[in-house]
Amino acid sequence: MLELFLVVVPLAAGALAYALRKARARSALLLTVAMLHTVAVGVLWVHKGSALGGWLMADDLGLLVLSLVSVLFLVVAFYAVGYVRYERPRGGRAFVSCLLVFLSATSLVALSQHLALLWVGMESTTLAIAPLIYSRDDRRSLEAVWKYLVISSVGIALALLAVFLLATAQPVAGASRALLLPDLISGASHLDQWWLRASFVFALAGFGTKMGLAPLHTWKPDTYGEAPSLVGGLMAGALTSCAFLGLARFAQVALAAGLQDFVRPLLIAAGLFSLLVAAAFIIGQADVKRMLAYSSVEHMGLLVLGLGLGGAGAYGSVLHVINNGLVKVMLFLAVGNLVLATGTSVVADMRGMLRTRPVSAWLLVAGLFAVTGSPPFGPFVSEFSIITGAVREHHPWVAGATVLMLTIIFVGIARMILGIVYGEPSTSDDEVSSVAERPSLIIGPLILASMVLLLGLYIPPPLRGAIGRAAASLGGAAP
Amino acid sequence: MTHSTLQLLLLLIVLTDFAVLGSSRLSACIRWIALQGAVLGILPLVTEGGLTIHVVALAIGTIFVKAFVLPGFLRWAIREAAIRREVEPLVGYMGSMLLGAAALGAAFAVTSTMPESARGSLVVPVALVTVMIGMVILITRAKAVIQVVGYMMLENGIYIFGLTLARRVPFLVEAGVLLDVFVGVFIMGIVVFHINREFDSISASKLTELRES
Repeated sequence: MLELFLVVVPLAAGALAYALRKARARSALLLTVAMLHTVAVGVLWVHKGSALGGWLMADDLGLLVLSLVSVLFLVVAFYAVGYVRYERPRGGRAFVSCLLVFLSATSLVALSQHLALLWVGMESTTLAIAPLIYSRDDRRSLEAVWKYLVISSVGIALALLAVFLLATAQPVAGASRALLLPDLISGASHLDQWWLRASFVFALAGFGTKMGLAPLHTWKPDTYGEAPSLVGGLMAGALTSCAFLGLARFAQVALAAGLQDFVRPLLIAAGLFSLLVAAAFIIGQADVKRMLAYSSVEHMGLLVLGLGLGGAGAYGSVLHVINNGLVKVMLFLAVGNLVLATGTSVVADMRGMLRTRPVSAWLLVAGLFAVTGSPPFGPFVSEFSIITGAVREHHPWVAGATVLMLTIIFVGIARMILGIVYGEPSTSDDEVSSVAERPSLIIGPLILASMVLLLGLYIPPPLRGAIGRAAASLGGAAP
Repeated sequence: MTHSTLQLLLLLIVLTDFAVLGSSRLSACIRWIALQGAVLGILPLVTEGGLTIHVVALAIGTIFVKAFVLPGFLRWAIREAAIRREVEPLVGYMGSMLLGAAALGAAFAVTSTMPESARGSLVVPVALVTVMIGMVILITRAKAVIQVVGYMMLENGIYIFGLTLARRVPFLVEAGVLLDVFVGVFIMGIVVFHINREFDSISASKLTELRES
């Protein structure tokens, strides 16, 4: 029943938050629910159950994504309480409500064993986050939310078609229950191959749009660029992980049905193309939030690349879901602090931040090395594993192209971030005053930074076990 | 009898697809998409399987949402935001019609490659052509309101496809899908309203401030 609790409680709290008139009460509710959620997810690690007749159940892959989402949400909730003191987002009361509904929807995606229910959760995340993007009453904000709504609604509609196509692939006679993952996998040999192929193609396009895989990523820079930083963080860290989970579910079924030769080249191609697009647009990018959006395109590309490679690549992919989520939220929150200080996310106007906001600036430097996959941070381990996978699965040119692209991206991001941190302020008259940074705005990213560092040095055995089993369900193995 | 009724309703759906594609006035487009929603609601009642509470509830819900609430809401947005009444297509009506005809051909071509079991029925090609024409409208129309209509059509097409497996998807899921579409169009409508206030006319083609320079 705990599974149902994780979905229903945030939803009910979202409704309650709208009824609360006092901002302080809403903040308290947000923090309480976020903490309860994390505790409940912790219990799930020890005691797994199922709800709604097996529709909701935390398998290893789902539990990993759920834990990631829960931790990220807790950090963001804590940050949000500090943030709303400085900047009033447009939504007012709806701001906290939307955040809580988002938590409910992402939990539903992570826990769903029923693929149509997973779709309902995925669509709900789109709808819950859209009002949060529209945070300022201006044209740019409107344009961003409109692009996001239209493109991701179409994407998610294609994903629904994928769900229906998968249901069609199931034989009408027989004991297997419709669209339940365990039944789909155990009865994979009876699935109709034609419908299954069609289903996977639409799932790749649909969930790929939600993840922001190139060439379906066009909404991403605009949305991340205009959304408040903490919303951008939630999208880049939690929402994309859920979308990847949706795609991984379809891959699980297709791989179980023996469609390796169809699925893997598609995933590898999508991954490499995303890396290429990210590399092309990160070089010379003038806005730090838009740069983070392209970096997200890059990491989504790495995830599907690893999934497509299998073996050590799939293991790296699962591990990278966690690393990428933690790094992205940390970076968005650190950037958010600088944006709060300077009032812009255009790089030319935010130079020399080391003097005025030293903690956030150092976080940004740590984030630079983490996000580009440098040791000793977590993403190094997962990216290394993905590249190892490419070599071992006899794709040397894939490994080479990936390393080249990652190098280009490293140069692009390093130039931008080092400019922000160390560069000379261009004008002296409107220089940002140096004030002590608020603890509520830096503790969260600091915690995430230490987690990313820890994952690069040591992965706790229970976590390692869960990652290994999740990778095995995706045709992978620990290196 | 039910079989010929089903064929008739499917034909009506295709006609409404093309009617939206060819209409030059927003109000006409909304009227046609409302009609399509109503036909869509009746469809599950005539597909095989008989009248269960589940099917009837779904039909009533669909008709209520897709034929009355959402079109009514779009009309409200047009009136309140004083949107100009023309569709203003990026591709002319003749060109749109040709694209629609191409979509129809493609839908039947794809259907003919499908496994045996699906080839006989008209449901699958009609679903596909509705999805494709919905896409055409989304891409070739500049106005945000009409893009919402295109999105509704796209969803309708997928819903028709879902009918082929009406017995396999449980009620909870169908209701969830319907609710999501409802909320989705509602939020789009609100954004459309704000866009108009901000930009004076609801034309998504004017949304060009965010670009890679």
